[in-house]
Amino acid sequence: MKLKNAEELRKLRESIKKESSKGKKLITVCSGTGCRAYGCEDLISAFKQEVEKSGLKNEVEVKATGCPGFCERGNIVVIYPEGIFYQRVKKSHVPDILKKTVVGKQLIDELLFLDEETGKKVTYEKDVPFYKKQMRLLLGANALIDPTKIEDYIALGGYSALGKVLSGMKPDEVIAEVKAAGLRGRGGAGFPTGMKWEITRKAKGDQKFVVVNADEGDPGAFMDRSLLEGNPHSILEGLMIGAYAIGASRGFVYVRNEYPLAVQNVIIATEEARKHGLLGKNILGSDFSFDIDIVRGAGAFVCGEETALMASIEGRRGVPRQRPPFPSDSGILGKPTNINNVETWANVPLIIEKGSGWYSKIGTKGSKGTKIFSLVGKINNTGLVEVPMGVTLSDIVFGIGGGIPKGKELKAIQIGGPSGGCIPKSQANVPIDYDELKKLGGMMGSGGLVVMDEDTCMVDVAKYFLEFLLEESCGKCTTCRDGIERMLEIVTRITEGKGTMEDIDTLNELAEVVRDASMCGLGQTSPNPVLSTLRYFKDEYMAHIKDKKCPGKVCKALITYTILDDKCTGCGACKQRCPQGAISGDKKKPHKIDPKKCIRCDVCYTTCKFHAIKKE
Amino acid sequence: MDKEPMITADKVAPVIDKVIAKYGGDRKMLISILFDVQHEFKYLPKEALEYLSKKMKVPLIDLYSIATFYKAYSLTPKGKHQLTVCLGTACHVRGALGVLEEIERQLDVRPGGTTKDKEFSLSTVACLGCCAMGPIVVMDDVYHGQVTPTAVKGLLAGVSKKAAGSQAKAGA
Amino acid sequence: MIKFTIDGLEVQAEEGTTILDTCRFYGIDIPTLCHDEGLTAYGGCRLCVVEIGEGPSAKLVTSCTYPATEGLKVRTHSRRVVKARRVVIELMLARCSSSKTIQDLASKYDVHKVRFKLKNENCILCGLCVRICEEQMMAGAIGFVDRGKGMKISTPFDIKSDVCRTCGACMYICPACNARCQGPNEGSATCGSCVTMTPTCLDHYDDAQCFMSETSCGTCVREDPKKKV
Repeated sequence: MKLKNAEELRKLRESIKKESSKGKKLITVCSGTGCRAYGCEDLISAFKQEVEKSGLKNEVEVKATGCPGFCERGNIVVIYPEGIFYQRVKKSHVPDILKKTVVGKQLIDELLFLDEETGKKVTYEKDVPFYKKQMRLLLGANALIDPTKIEDYIALGGYSALGKVLSGMKPDEVIAEVKAAGLRGRGGAGFPTGMKWEITRKAKGDQKFVVVNADEGDPGAFMDRSLLEGNPHSILEGLMIGAYAIGASRGFVYVRNEYPLAVQNVIIATEEARKHGLLGKNILGSDFSFDIDIVRGAGAFVCGEETALMASIEGRRGVPRQRPPFPSDSGILGKPTNINNVETWANVPLIIEKGSGWYSKIGTKGSKGTKIFSLVGKINNTGLVEVPMGVTLSDIVFGIGGGIPKGKELKAIQIGGPSGGCIPKSQANVPIDYDELKKLGGMMGSGGLVVMDEDTCMVDVAKYFLEFLLEESCGKCTTCRDGIERMLEIVTRITEGKGTMEDIDTLNELAEVVRDASMCGLGQTSPNPVLSTLRYFKDEYMAHIKDKKCPGKVCKALITYTILDDKCTGCGACKQRCPQGAISGDKKKPHKIDPKKCIRCDVCYTTCKFHAIKKE
Repeated sequence: MDKEPMITADKVAPVIDKVIAKYGGDRKMLISILFDVQHEFKYLPKEALEYLSKKMKVPLIDLYSIATFYKAYSLTPKGKHQLTVCLGTACHVRGALGVLEEIERQLDVRPGGTTKDKEFSLSTVACLGCCAMGPIVVMDDVYHGQVTPTAVKGLLAGVSKKAAGSQAKAGA
Repeated sequence: MIKFTIDGLEVQAEEGTTILDTCRFYGIDIPTLCHDEGLTAYGGCRLCVVEIGEGPSAKLVTSCTYPATEGLKVRTHSRRVVKARRVVIELMLARCSSSKTIQDLASKYDVHKVRFKLKNENCILCGLCVRICEEQMMAGAIGFVDRGKGMKISTPFDIKSDVCRTCGACMYICPACNARCQGPNEGSATCGSCVTMTPTCLDHYDDAQCFMSETSCGTCVREDPKKKV
């Protein structure tokens, strides 16, 4: 049923809320891609079956929700209305949860979260330290809605911002609000969003486009995946408001192919929106007509770059082009086009609903609002973290992330993906702020935060990023294509113990020219991982070059595996698994590794249960 | 070794005509069109591209150029089972490379290739967005987390037993 | 007319022209490789970069693609520009040292050493052949295949193309194969024979033969040029 105006939307919201508050208990299970790896689909069916079996269908509702971000503790189940938080739930726990907690109002201790700091168990979701220290303005809704049901979004207040805009705000007023809020692009570069909208609005063109850039290509980043999978309507609403403000009649959501669930959920969301008249002609009874196409990426990181993305939407090779002309003036099919990141669009309904005054109070002087980070790597609490700008990297890693596992030391925090840099432990008190991070040779980036410990080799990290960028380079520019290849050759030689001091000079010179003379952001920022590791971890490069040693014990050519006689029980497990037959020894007697045959594959190291294998 | 069914121009015609009609023959939709064609044949056969070129009046070189630029397309037939190893940064620092190398050793195949017996196709991906359970290996759309080199053998053996929706394995 | 400055000189250009067009008009020398007046600009080789703007926002752009813009400040031989050009030439030599065009550029811009392993490819990926085939010969038989390190130029499926008329335009325009260099010494990637070998062509001619002639001069081979005369 198509909603004819904002009033009908409001009435629909009231009726949905009334219906859901009929005293039902709610069991929510995270159904994001991450939890699918933990078998959440089976878990959800198990709950539904158990509810049916126990005859509780009218009292208990089971809801598959979006990703709330505490991936380390999946599967996550929250029981409402109390908000009881269960983690690491398995299928075998289902009957007990229903019987004991939902019906019996008893807690199952083994499923409760243990707060390491206080030593006490936490009962309620709101008290879980991982969530409590965050400001979950965007992610908070994920745990409460089924992304395939528009009713859930509407019940939480969804589309009221659109209603507000279409029943009394002029496009210029909307732009003024976004400008006053100080929203900056969340894709990485941090360009002021309101300004971008204004330029596109003023540009001449008989048709204009708006685009959601959901080509989240930075490895280790999955904020956009969670937002798009878990709350697709929040992005669509932002896009609709932006389209109205700019004067666009058509929108595109460009989603990377590697996120099949996000593609599926956003398609469902657009279909639901269309059914309710929130997409199409004369939305909510206004003059504003707008519709959206979903376009899939096809496996090219470079398509996250604006001009390459547009080429892809036009059905061509994703090769970037020079700017000017900027997309705001001449974009898709030569028409003015405004492209923003998923998280940027998701902030818009918030700003309109609560006002720029409220929004601009959050964050720092130059960076307003919150930012979602994906906290990954060598960290105890892996997952999504949403914090106000201004919080420090240390706060995130230690305060929310729970520090480094196995008692290891923090070495660096990689921020900004392949275009970013590594912030060393000594600088970890830097506040999250676009300009502060740039000063340290890093970059806000899209939000990937990869934590590295003492067992990480920073030269290997530089090599890893160069390999990634070489694979993803479109190949047009000599400096990018050949420059990255040659930087990689040099860094690889260094990891093999064949580096020289001249190599450092060549690396620096190459880095400078690749940055200066490449055409697009990929090439221009490709030297950053090398430059930032050289800046803060020169000693590791020197160790590889002068001492032929790898301090992180990663570079195969520079490490040796030996078996400790006093720890080896002679069980023979490593001997069995060794692909090269490099281990010899009799049963129950200490074994030996032949260094000439050993290929440093790490299989013996991960097999040994007695910590009898040493890497040095 | 099974014989591949012959793909001829008349076999591809009805399939491709349907796909073109679905997108209104819009050249802008080429990326999606190629996805649909690949979905039908499990890869992009030469005959399919040739027919598509003729029907849509797009130079064959343009289609080939696009199909080879984007890594989601395959121009060679795939194996029975698809193995994807995530090499994202988070998975990398947790030892994903070791897992990949063990798979390469066990199956005698490199990324982008298919095993001689056509059982497995191996590919790598930069990031699947499941960083909490890295290293990740996806086997036929089923995600396996915290995989170690030691666990690879069991993982590959489990294919025949069709372990659906497996729980994350206890990590190293 | 659009008014801007190049190396401090005030210039005027017509709407729709590029910085390179303007430089050529005023006789300001800019090296190019992937550019040809009869074909659309590509901007891939990066040889023609110039510096525009001032202060921290100054940046390098390819003059063959950047439009002549009112008030623009262009510098064609700044430190950044010359450094970039020399490294670009070095990268090209490392890829394709048997191209006389690139060897000539190396001689001219004083690039003597190549610090990278030689690849000995025949293609510099400038795309001139692709563009002439499509735009001038209206055939569209070849194109860019793959991306990144493995990118190459070929026909679909690497087999003989139905639409190729064997006109030879691609060979004609190719900077790598239309003039081969016979000079590279063993163990070095640069030729420069005209200045480093004895006898050099200047022992026999009044002018260096390398960058004056479009065809192979033949004097930089290791035989005594006197024998040819």
